[in-house]
Amino acid sequence: MSTGSELPDAVERHLPGETGVWMFIIGDMVIFSLLFSVFVFDRSQEVVLFVEQQRLLNQNFGVTNTLLLLTSSWFVALALHAMRGQDSRTAGRYVASAFACGAGFVVIKYFEWGEKIRAGLTIETNNFFMYYYLMTGIHLLHVFIGLGVLLFLWQMMRRAATSEKDLSLFESCACFWHLVDILWIALFALLYLMR
Amino acid sequence: MVWGLLILATGLSWQFGHGFGFGDQYQYASAAILVITFIKIRFVFLDFMEVRNAPVALRIAFEAWAVVVCAILIGLYWSGV
Repeated sequence: MSTGSELPDAVERHLPGETGVWMFIIGDMVIFSLLFSVFVFDRSQEVVLFVEQQRLLNQNFGVTNTLLLLTSSWFVALALHAMRGQDSRTAGRYVASAFACGAGFVVIKYFEWGEKIRAGLTIETNNFFMYYYLMTGIHLLHVFIGLGVLLFLWQMMRRAATSEKDLSLFESCACFWHLVDILWIALFALLYLMR
Repeated sequence: MVWGLLILATGLSWQFGHGFGFGDQYQYASAAILVITFIKIRFVFLDFMEVRNAPVALRIAFEAWAVVVCAILIGLYWSGV
């Protein structure tokens, strides 16, 4: 049995969630890194086309979605904090707020894609829009999975599930939702901002 | 606090995307946008995903990922300028 004076580093350092989830997160990040690199490389081969086509994107949609996901991530971090304090009621409220932000992201994406498709800009239009739909589409799939995960967490909090095992599960789910945020932060810069 | 900084950084990179502060030198604005982006990502890793208090190897891996991917993207971007 350890005393308070030994191994302070071991006590402070902690892997949130399950190891398997981190393996998945790292794998996903490697795949997206390759996708980002291929996009920027292809962009460098057709700079004029990519810059022209980028002007057709609605930056207001992009920045609003960034703010929504950042806020959503923050709510999940607050929910985890509340759960550690055994306050499942507050944690549940934060998770519901995070879900609302994530759902808002999907609604905005629906309007954004609709606007583009009505203007005749589809995945077959050119290389820029091929990447635009591919990368935002794969990301949207992550958002849908993440929303399912948040719904699961909300139900957990309604059951007031706050055991050690539940906490580890909560941490794993939270990390997945933060990954969704991270990927969008990069996509926003690459697709909407970089000129 | 971290959330506020992330929001401010988003506003700043958005302004850079409109040419703020760099005039016609959009390539420097784009490089700055990428650097800010990966700084934001780093803070989401450290403070939201709690990598700051995770085992050192994981923290090093994530910090290295952010630096390496940011450098590769800036290099690839610059090759097309």
